[in-house]
Order: sequence, then C-alpha cells, then structure tokens
Amino acid sequence: MRVNFTVNGRPQEADDVWEGESLLYVLRERLGLPGSKNACEQGECGSCTVRLDGVPVCSCLVAAGQVEGREVVTVEGLADFAKQRAEHGGCASGACGTSLQDAQQWAAKGQDSQTGEGTELSPIQQAFIDAGAVQCGFCTPGLLVAADEMLENNPNPTDADIREALSGNLCRCTGYEKIMDAVRLAAARQGEAV
Amino acid sequence: MDFLRPASWEEALAAKAEHPTAVPIAGGTDVMVEINFDHRRPEYLLDLNRIGDLTEWEVGEDSVRLGASVPYTRIMEHLRAELPGLALASHTVASPQIRNRGGVGGNLGTASPAGDAHPALLAAGAEVEVESAERGTRLIPIDEFYTGVKRNALAADELIRAVHIKKADGPQQYSKVGTRNAMVIAVCAFGLALHPETRTVRTGIGSAAPTPVRAKAAEEFLNAALEEGGFWDNGKIITPSVAKQFAELCSGACNPIDDVRGTASYRRHAVGVMARRTLTWTWESYRGTAARTEGVA
Repeated sequence: MRVNFTVNGRPQEADDVWEGESLLYVLRERLGLPGSKNACEQGECGSCTVRLDGVPVCSCLVAAGQVEGREVVTVEGLADFAKQRAEHGGCASGACGTSLQDAQQWAAKGQDSQTGEGTELSPIQQAFIDAGAVQCGFCTPGLLVAADEMLENNPNPTDADIREALSGNLCRCTGYEKIMDAVRLAAARQGEAV
Repeated sequence: MDFLRPASWEEALAAKAEHPTAVPIAGGTDVMVEINFDHRRPEYLLDLNRIGDLTEWEVGEDSVRLGASVPYTRIMEHLRAELPGLALASHTVASPQIRNRGGVGGNLGTASPAGDAHPALLAAGAEVEVESAERGTRLIPIDEFYTGVKRNALAADELIRAVHIKKADGPQQYSKVGTRNAMVIAVCAFGLALHPETRTVRTGIGSAAPTPVRAKAAEEFLNAALEEGGFWDNGKIITPSVAKQFAELCSGACNPIDDVRGTASYRRHAVGVMARRTLTWTWESYRGTAARTEGVA
C-alpha cells in the first residue's frame, strides 16, 4: 500500500508498504532516515521515539497505515523543528521543515566551542554534546526527541520530572547521569534565553 | 494482510461484521509487538485511529463514559478527580511513549491478567460498552467481562466502544509490584475503592489469577466488619486485626502461577501486603475527609 504523511514538515510518500509494517521501518528503510533506531521492536527501549502529531511515541508500535495524513518529526528534523518553535512558535506544514535529502544527510556536527564552526543544533542536541551525554549513541536519538518534548511543555523540570519523562528510554551504556546533566543544562540555557 | 481504515464507527462495525477475524488496532502497543515478532499474522488489521469519538470522554452524573482509545496520558491529566484509581493505574503503565498511545479499550481487548487498568475498573465498578452492526449495543458488567487468560466476553463481530466507569464517591488506591517504576509488566497489582455512599468496599487483583478478579470474600468480610464497628460513622482507625484478616482473604482470592516475573507464593504474599496498605491509605483519606466535613458542619 501507499502511505502519504508529513515528515519533518515536508509531505512524503512511501510506496510498496507492507500492511503490517511499522512506522519505524518506513522511516528507516523506505525513506532512508535511519536516525530513529531499531532495537527492541516492542516499545521497551524508546530508541525509535518520534513525534506523531506532536506526541512522543515509539515508532516501532505505530502501524504504517495509521500515519496516513499525519505529521511525524524525527531526530533528523529536530534541529529545524526546535528552531522554528523558538522563532515562530511552530511551523505551518510545508512552509518550512527539513527536506528528505537534507534529513538523509543530516549529521550532528555541533558548533565547536572554540572555533564556532559547524551547523546549528537544537538546544537539547548541543547540551548532550556539551555535557558528554553521548557514549555509543544508540539511545541518543530517542532521548533527544523525548527530552525536547518534555522541555517544550515543562521548561523548568525537576529531576523527578526528567526521570519520568525519560523513563521509556533505555541507555545500555548506563550513562544516565550525564544524560540528566544534559537535560538540566538545556533547561537552564532555555531559561536564560527567555 | 489487508489494512482496513474505517473513517467512522459505523464503517468500523461493518468491517468487523464482514471480517470477524480482523484484529482491531488502536494504540498498537500490544498488536504491533506481536506482528513485529512474527507471533501473529492477522488477515486483516482494523485501524481505529481515524474514529475521533473513541478518544473522547463524557463526565456524567454517576459515571464517566470513557472512549476506548482515550490515551492513558489523558486519563492521568484530566480524570484524576473522577477516576482516581484508574488515573493511578494509568500512571503505572509502561512509559510516556506508551501512555500516549495505549488506552483502556486495548487493555480490555487484550484481556491480559496483567493489564494495569483491570484492578482499577473492578474496584470502581464499570460496564464495557460493546457494539456490533447486527445486534447493536450491549453493556457488559466488568465482573462478567474477563472469561479466561487473554479471553473476554466479546463476540467476533463486536468492537469495544467505551467503558462506563462509576465516578469515585470515596478514596481509591492502586498498587503494583514490579522491578522498577517504569516499563514493567505487573508481577501483581491491587486496586481498592471505598464507596461511602453504599458503605461498601470493592477490590481488584491483577496478575495473580488467570483473569483479573475481585476478592469478594475479603470485600464481604470488610463490609461487615466496618458496618458492625460503626466505622463509616465514627471514622475510627481500622482495627489491625480487621486489616490483617482482610489482607489474608485478599491473598486467598489469588490463584497465581510461578513465572519469570515471580512465584505464586510471592504473588499471594504481595497481594496481601498491597491490600493492607491500600486499605490503610484509603481509610486514612476517608477519615481525613470525614473529619473535615464534620468540622465545616
């Protein structure tokens, strides 16, 4: 079957989708967006977390056919998504967003603190780098999407809030303390900016 | 496999009538796991996400009509006052990502003895609204809904539309045993609701019998003990011996198995502990409320 939906602010079309296929599979294998990671395929690990109509979900548990006509934001579009939110309070579908090609080639080249070189990241992405919250990196995309959404709704989270918001994301390197540091850092910077 | 995407409830019923083997999918948190792991290859998937009614709820005079697909997140955020037990239970479901997708309709459809909503529904009192194209709507009392391990009273052509849950008329509590606070299937769970209007107590036990069950002997014992001691009126602390007996009867209502999550004897013991604790918590809350009401009057 064919599935039409919006990914990172741009309309996309996936063809030859099997009816039992997950959104995660469509993103990774049909659209070439491997940022959302495939680990447990049962909603345990959170590494495939994306925003579906704004809400964080495990994309491995969403059937491809269920996203017809709906909006998905993946980690590849997170930098632009956060930028649009900060500048315009959001983005009308199609008017901005990240093209499929840009998303496919997206890489986390954060700004170097000394030289100032590199592409712009979302505040949560920059905070993960600055706090050393990335080890093997496999859980990172899911954590970024989940943490970004929490900071959108709760700009001043307590440690308990952060733990709860990230309770569906597992890190097998067990680098949770640095991840907590990163989210606190992003929240603090967000507070300064306002 | 065919993917059916009804745009309305009527279309969904028609599709289910035409294809009784169709597997309904809403949040997908159970169905997609089975498909991803190749445990299930349904001929038809029946997507319910386009039916907006299913994610709405109405607060009535005596009960809440909760759409089958209202996500747990919404229940936690919006129905804590009316359905405190279910709101607490919802908060123990998996993780934020899962709570954003899953709802009570799926819990009922799957009818796993470990489903988190069941003890809260049993304790509060509820009816499941199901419908078929041919025979229309019927309300199934929650006590008659669970018929076996992962079996329920639904006919092949029926779909779950909503759950009518009694609004709380007193304190409710929910307790669940697991290895951490998030992402656990209950080792066992316990729900308790005080109903001061009828001067009764209702319970629900999860993951400690082939189906979710009420501890009816324990309820009867406690109802009689509370009545006899005049507790509902004098608001006294529950006598420790009464709480102990109640806990033992709750343990006795279990019919658990040994499995990877825990042993049968552990489950029996833990249900007793949760029964005593939730009784104490709710009763303390009831006494507090009763004292305040008296003070005002």
